[in-house]
Amino acid sequence: MTRSQAASPLDRDIDIEHPSSAPLSIHDMTVAYHRKPVIWDIDYNAPPGQLVAIIGPNGAGKSTLINAVLNLVPKASGEVRIFGEPYPKQRSRVGYVPQRESVDWDFPVCALDVVVMGMYRKIGWFRPVTRRHRLQAMQSLDRVGMADYARRQISQLSGGQQQRVFLARALAQDADLYLMDEPFAGVDAATERAIVDILRELRSRGKSTLVVHHDLQTVSEYFDHVVLLNMRLIASGPTEEIFTRENLRKTYGGKLALLDQVGHQMTLRESGG
Amino acid sequence: MSILRYRRVAFRTALVMLALFACLRSALCVSQVEAAPMDVHSREHREPVSASSTGRATTHRSLADLRIKWPSREQFLRVLMLRDYNTRVVLGGTVLLGAAAGFVGVFLLLRRRSLLGDVVSHASLPGIGVAFITMEAWSPGSGKWLPGLLAGAAVAGMLGVFCTKLILRYSRVKEDAAMAIVLSIFFGFGVALFTVIQNIPTGNSAGLNHFIFGKAASMVAQDVYLIGAAAAVIVAIVGAISKELQLLSFDQRFAATQGFSVFMLDMLLMALTTGVTVIGLQSVGLLLVVAMLIVPAAASRFWTNSLSRMIYIAAGIGAASGALGVLASALFPRLAAGAVIVLTGSAMFAISMFFGTRRGILIRMLTQHRLRHRVGRQHILRACYELLELRFQQDPSSNYQLTEHLVTVRDLLPLRSWTEGRLGRLLDRAERCELLVRVRDGAYRLTRQGADAAQQVVRNHRLWEIFLIEHAEIAPSHVDRDADDIEHLLGSEVVRELEHLLSKQYPDFTVPPSPHKIESSAV
Repeated sequence: MTRSQAASPLDRDIDIEHPSSAPLSIHDMTVAYHRKPVIWDIDYNAPPGQLVAIIGPNGAGKSTLINAVLNLVPKASGEVRIFGEPYPKQRSRVGYVPQRESVDWDFPVCALDVVVMGMYRKIGWFRPVTRRHRLQAMQSLDRVGMADYARRQISQLSGGQQQRVFLARALAQDADLYLMDEPFAGVDAATERAIVDILRELRSRGKSTLVVHHDLQTVSEYFDHVVLLNMRLIASGPTEEIFTRENLRKTYGGKLALLDQVGHQMTLRESGG
Repeated sequence: MSILRYRRVAFRTALVMLALFACLRSALCVSQVEAAPMDVHSREHREPVSASSTGRATTHRSLADLRIKWPSREQFLRVLMLRDYNTRVVLGGTVLLGAAAGFVGVFLLLRRRSLLGDVVSHASLPGIGVAFITMEAWSPGSGKWLPGLLAGAAVAGMLGVFCTKLILRYSRVKEDAAMAIVLSIFFGFGVALFTVIQNIPTGNSAGLNHFIFGKAASMVAQDVYLIGAAAAVIVAIVGAISKELQLLSFDQRFAATQGFSVFMLDMLLMALTTGVTVIGLQSVGLLLVVAMLIVPAAASRFWTNSLSRMIYIAAGIGAASGALGVLASALFPRLAAGAVIVLTGSAMFAISMFFGTRRGILIRMLTQHRLRHRVGRQHILRACYELLELRFQQDPSSNYQLTEHLVTVRDLLPLRSWTEGRLGRLLDRAERCELLVRVRDGAYRLTRQGADAAQQVVRNHRLWEIFLIEHAEIAPSHVDRDADDIEHLLGSEVVRELEHLLSKQYPDFTVPPSPHKIESSAV
């Protein structure tokens, strides 16, 4: 298996000792829209039981990476394994939180209905949703602090609350690997705290989580691992090793002075702590 | 958000207008068709309900003939009591069709595939022609066997959907263009076929045109059984996979990750749409059947926020417009039932749009009106409170009872940028709500209830101000206005959250001091 240039030693250990234990392993994956490649030659093994941030500038292909893993967009080449098996065999072990803007929130359902959707696969074709499923969904809503809003129509929820509903739906899937597309985008402080709490809870229960993240300031606080992406995999590994000024410059192309500053802050924090 | 909503309203209105236009067209065309001598050949037992044959006898019509012929009292009763076997048959068929169309239409609407319904119906025309020719060739005279014609229509309708998908997949043509292309090609082919058919010497082709504009009166009991069975199957299928269709319409990507094939579900939805279209061909006709699918569904959204209720309401509206349409056209034989059905549905849509209890125009205006009143009331109360508060501060010897001090119009006027007239109206309204009592002209006193409410309002306002200053870093000089914009919308949940956040500083049920200086000219 070819290695990415900056893959961490931790990844390598896992790969050699338990080749099938990586929650997500991407091999040589290229994705193209209308023959124009969006991401190139991605090689990556996600560490088990960790919080991983996928970081990169706009148009770097962060969401595309997740979509390609989930077979939502076709891959031009390459292979993806989830716990050592192809994705279609492991659907029930993968939880997905799409971008909030990807759906019409004017849809005539309440928050609880949306969370129950996370269990449709378990319920199966033709079978109706029962009380038991609703109770289970209620627990998921409770975990994200939204139990009081269960019966509210989803368009009457704030953006942050909608995001928490999506998170609750993913929790209801009861998966082992979670892929989240910008869950922190445009949410309020309470929601951000709720999401971080859930992420940590998932980690403590041994689940692996990959999060497309855009806020560089919070990366080292929230995440154990980072994947730096800009059409190609720039670097990946433990946050303290990989989330450096140098790597950020490589990822963002040094075009933004602000990023430079953030990178500087990060290096300061690293050397200080 | 709001732009989206208005766009949706506009879109719905456009749909209704389209439907109205189509109705008009079809009503006119039907009268032409009826006037044409060709129609006299139609089979005896498929004569329209009630005494329409008298009007039929005259082949020459003048404009004066267009007057509405009111039915006699006997006719009226006869129709309404459903004494005619024919009326009952036709009524049954259209009610079932309306209900099935409501079931399918809701998902078609939510999946935003409304116009694909139009593609299906237009594409079904050549199917009818081909089926007719095939059956005539098989055994002359059997060409108008209804199940055969409808099967042909269904196959062609689905073929139309497939063609749209193919164009989308293998070219860069956008969806609307692809639909327009397929729709017109199929329909054009169908029209060409029909002209060919009319020149076939069997003479059996009369009445095929009814599939374009619909002719409910030509239904016989057998047709209704067929329609009823098909409608029941359609409703049963929708019921069985409503969960999957809901997921597909709400979040297609999530559905895909859950292993539900989006392609399969879309095709199922299209098959159901085709089913409704096909059983609607006879009564409503292929030009109007899309209205049966979409108009009741769009109308039902105004009444509810729940999908299951929306389905039932749509089915109800569909069935009711079917029934009313048939009854109306039995009373006024010159009106084509299909057009009347759709017009009735459109009327129900208009009613729903105005009076819908969830998102009707009226309810929204009422909500806004109420909000404006509440905001006005809260402004008055806060002004009174702050006035008295200032007075207590300046004169510490006075007793602190809010209810025992007078507030005058002259004191209140400079507190906000309100005119004397508006202030007077607000005071009147507050008095009617028993928040204030008028002591003498231009002088008021807070009631107990008013004092409590004022305290609550000021407390909310200040909590919000403090929050904005401490947590959102808004300058104290700007905070009054910002707090003013939002505080009237604070729900009790938010207030509780704010209290929780600020509980260390400000214990419960006290009004915190204003974080900024209250000036008499404050906005």
